[in-house]
Amino acid sequence: MSVFNQSRSTVIRLIFIGLFVIILAQLINLQLISGKYKQAAMDNAVYPKVVYPNRGIIYDRKNRAILNNSIMYDLVVVPSQARKDVDTMALCRILEIDTAEYRKRMVESIFKNTAVRPSVFEDLLSAEMYARLDENLWKFPGFDLVPRPVRVYPFKAGANLLGYIGEADSGVIKRSKGFYRMGDYVGLSGMEAYYEKVLMGQRGVNYMIKDNKNRLVGNWENGMYDTAAIAGRDLKTYIDVEVQQLAEKLLQNKVGAIVAIEPKTGGIIAMASGPVFDPNLLTGSERQKNFNKLFLDVSSPLLNRAIKGQYPPGSTFKPLGGLIALDEGLITPSFGYGCGGRYGACGIGKPACTHSNAGHAANLRLATANSCNSYFTHVYRMAVDNPKYGGVKKGYEHWREYMTAFGLGHRIGIDLPSEDKGNIPDTALYNKVYRGAWSSCTNLTLGIGQDMMLATPVQLANATCIIANKGYYYTPHFVEKINGETKEDTILNAFRKRHNVLTQISDTAYEAIISGMQDVVDIGTARIARVEGISMCAKTGTAQNFKVIDGKRTELNENSMFICFAPRENPKIAVAVVVENAGYGATWAGRMASLLVEKFITDSLTTERKKLADEIANKNLMPGYLVREQYKQDSIRAYNWFKLTKDTSVIKRFQRRNTPAAPPIPADGRTPVIKNTPPAINNRTTFKIKRTATAI
Amino acid sequence: MSQQNPAISKGIDWLLVWLYIILVSIGIAAIFATTYREGDSIVQGFLSLKTDYSKQALFFIIAGVLAIFILLTDSKFFTATANISYAIGMVLLLLVFPFHTEVMGTKSIIRFGSSFQLQPAELCKVFVNLALAKYLSRIETDFNKPKAQLIAIAIAIVPALITIAQSETGLALVYFSFFLVMYREGLPAMYLVVGFSVAVLVVATLLIEPNLLAIILTALAILTIYFLRRQIKRRRELLFIIVSIWGVCVGIQRFAVPYVFENVLKPYQVKRIYDTIGKEYVPKDEAAKAEIDKQTKGKKKEDGNYNVRQSKIAIGSGGFLGKGLLSGTQTRYDFVPEQRTDFIFCTIGEGFGFIGSTILLGIYFLMLMRIVTIAERQRSVFSRCYAYGVAAVLFFHVAINICMTIGLAPVIGIPLPFISYGGTALLTFTMLLFILIRLDADRQMVLR
Repeated sequence: MSVFNQSRSTVIRLIFIGLFVIILAQLINLQLISGKYKQAAMDNAVYPKVVYPNRGIIYDRKNRAILNNSIMYDLVVVPSQARKDVDTMALCRILEIDTAEYRKRMVESIFKNTAVRPSVFEDLLSAEMYARLDENLWKFPGFDLVPRPVRVYPFKAGANLLGYIGEADSGVIKRSKGFYRMGDYVGLSGMEAYYEKVLMGQRGVNYMIKDNKNRLVGNWENGMYDTAAIAGRDLKTYIDVEVQQLAEKLLQNKVGAIVAIEPKTGGIIAMASGPVFDPNLLTGSERQKNFNKLFLDVSSPLLNRAIKGQYPPGSTFKPLGGLIALDEGLITPSFGYGCGGRYGACGIGKPACTHSNAGHAANLRLATANSCNSYFTHVYRMAVDNPKYGGVKKGYEHWREYMTAFGLGHRIGIDLPSEDKGNIPDTALYNKVYRGAWSSCTNLTLGIGQDMMLATPVQLANATCIIANKGYYYTPHFVEKINGETKEDTILNAFRKRHNVLTQISDTAYEAIISGMQDVVDIGTARIARVEGISMCAKTGTAQNFKVIDGKRTELNENSMFICFAPRENPKIAVAVVVENAGYGATWAGRMASLLVEKFITDSLTTERKKLADEIANKNLMPGYLVREQYKQDSIRAYNWFKLTKDTSVIKRFQRRNTPAAPPIPADGRTPVIKNTPPAINNRTTFKIKRTATAI
Repeated sequence: MSQQNPAISKGIDWLLVWLYIILVSIGIAAIFATTYREGDSIVQGFLSLKTDYSKQALFFIIAGVLAIFILLTDSKFFTATANISYAIGMVLLLLVFPFHTEVMGTKSIIRFGSSFQLQPAELCKVFVNLALAKYLSRIETDFNKPKAQLIAIAIAIVPALITIAQSETGLALVYFSFFLVMYREGLPAMYLVVGFSVAVLVVATLLIEPNLLAIILTALAILTIYFLRRQIKRRRELLFIIVSIWGVCVGIQRFAVPYVFENVLKPYQVKRIYDTIGKEYVPKDEAAKAEIDKQTKGKKKEDGNYNVRQSKIAIGSGGFLGKGLLSGTQTRYDFVPEQRTDFIFCTIGEGFGFIGSTILLGIYFLMLMRIVTIAERQRSVFSRCYAYGVAAVLFFHVAINICMTIGLAPVIGIPLPFISYGGTALLTFTMLLFILIRLDADRQMVLR
């Protein structure tokens, strides 16, 4: 019987051979032909760990680091390793939490990152907590302290100009064409954003091996393919951090802005925007909370008013008007105007003038020192009605070219993002508003820096620099040089070019105006801002302004404006100050500017002057309407929140009967300088911000 | 056979012994590669007996001792005790029901203390093989008679059914490999052909749209009738046979398979079969879905699809030469589940690439061919049947296990002989092989 079936052994052998051939064929397919498995194994097991470079440090003019890197520590836990032997009580005592909270955080960690991967247990530890944990870490197996680089502002100054960093969002990633990735930190505002390419450096990559639970277990191929991170480069700036601190101190509890520029270089010495805040609020663990608070404040602390606040320059414009008339040969320094308290040439008796005594505008110097409205209105009309050009419209266009030369009405190109351009209206706009029928009488208040004219504080400071330099300027900027600068760094080239915009105006004309500006301090409207031993040239401004509050166009207290430069010979600093709704120009803005000038030139303040600085700093000049506005915003948001969630806890606060009173009318009720309010199209609301009330 | 001087080396087939040693050594190396971590002391690792590779090395030593004992045993002992050992095997299998410990979804393991455990279903293969050989070699057995065929089939199938009841489908399937022995001993080829055809039909049912498959089957039937039209003219009943085959096929495809899938098999088993052939399984109702979730929950990565994908990535990424024993990222970092046991072939595929895999396949192939050669040179039917049993069991394990890791077979948990980690499996295969070597050493004797 066995012999009978002998042939079947061959069949069995053939079956064996057949299956082995099939297996071999599949192995050839998998291992030799198909390439995708190698890549799949790489994706599985090799993790490109990005090494973030240190961002560049920003130094001030005396090489003090005003924006630095620091290491803070996160307490990180791997829950599976922290199950037993952890001295929970000791840990809770150090972290100042209870055991229930400890358990809650543990559960959260496991939920978020699984039990075998590390998650943050407590982030950004305070120095004291770090020290105590570091000492006792052996008691807490499974816990570890992991360093994390953070940005710090050691002088607590420069929030708006230095800016802050944050994680790149989808918009940034899209715009960078994939250069940035999720989790990257990127400069979001201020210099951090403008100099992002210089500051950020170059990312490095370490190829790590990970296991099936995404734990990193070691270097791949001994780090053969790793690339090292290249640190960001440092920036040397013109900022004097002590002046900057003083400027911010003076703007406490005020809405406004200060810009101080070195005229010879265009380097910005200080730039502050009120209300001020500590930039360290936007780093560290409380970052999001603080940001929301600042973002929802109607006084907009996050808005850099030095470049984004647009104000009517008021009387601070007058030196420019005088210069134009001198250059055009329309007047001489001895030109006088008989002002009896108001300007009558246009038949409406406006604008009025604060002075009515005879001879207060007997020549250009006196008119400047006394800030005579009639004089400069007249000078403006002379300029635009210049018979040389034939007609007010051509004359106005010519006048407007001077404005452009002074850097008004367009962005001057400072090294900060999102600068505003102010407003010098063109003839087309006037034609549209007045249907082509207008004369120099229609917009005569342009001569005293009102009407539709708007300028940012940095523009005003820059115009002051042009006067101080007698015709030229460098674009205002912060950065003097980049550490390790090469030919490829073209970012600073624009700031090293001298703009000879108005050098054709004769020195005598400049001298006449500058003398007038010196008289402003010595004998004129800004005697209160006089600094002993420093020859300062200045111009005050008390600018009328309006705002739509509760649907009504309301006249608010005047903006206190001031421009100045010092010393007269060889100017070292030019300052522009705006304090919103603070009243008379010299009282607030003038005194603040004088303190900054003194601080910068003598590098110190006397005790008496320090007292004055404290006095100004402690004065609360926040406009009264903000209270009402804040209430409105908050209650609207509370209502929307209620509609969205049916949660009444927030809106209840606003349902009490004693709602705050209607917006306060300008407090001291001083008579406004100008009674004739311009036509309805004005855009005098100083700035507009789009608010999207999303975060609560 | 002289018992005076029991020289155990006499007549032993050394080729088999060497192949055995090589395979077990490869196995220990592969287990070492998956368990060893940088910085561990290797010597300490082997001596501590706590690591898997050191345990496997210990099992190798135990297996060696067992092999020597088997070689020292008289061949007649195996024929004499074949039936009793089968009975003992059955008892052990049944004892699992009251005494089992459920470990990772299987109910087939008896535990003694904390470290030693026994899987009777594994061990039983040896006893069934002995019993089947004993039955087939009886003088009074006439294997041409259906009654004898049925008894032989029952010997193999009964333990398989018990094993299925212990949720060890994979191990149960192994018993079907004994059909190969019966085929060699005269079971009509028709059985195998029909079985194979049904299997192909079932897989086709799952893969192909039902109506399309019915059309294909009908077309095949019509074509057959067309080609056999002359024969059919002569013999009318041929037409009847073809039509009934067609009817049965369509019946299976249309009714039997859907019925079995919906009513007989558990949802998770159906899902596993679908995973294997690469189709998405949509549970028919919420209850079935819940049951799948229940079955898959708590088990370590029981998702067959995931296993096979990771396993294919591991083997595929090995390339031609492989990454080196300790450099395989897939197998070193636990991406392939069960890689010490059922998926150990991945370690070799990734570490040594196509060359290494082919050499391993070559070793198995050589071993199987050698066993068939040995079988054919036996004088006694018992030895021949037993040898074919060994070949069939080994072949089934190797084929299914490797096909599973490269995505050609469903994920059923059976080990790779001599290589996979596991004491019971290694001892079982050692017994299987060394009883054969012992029998072969006495090939001049006629055993009954």
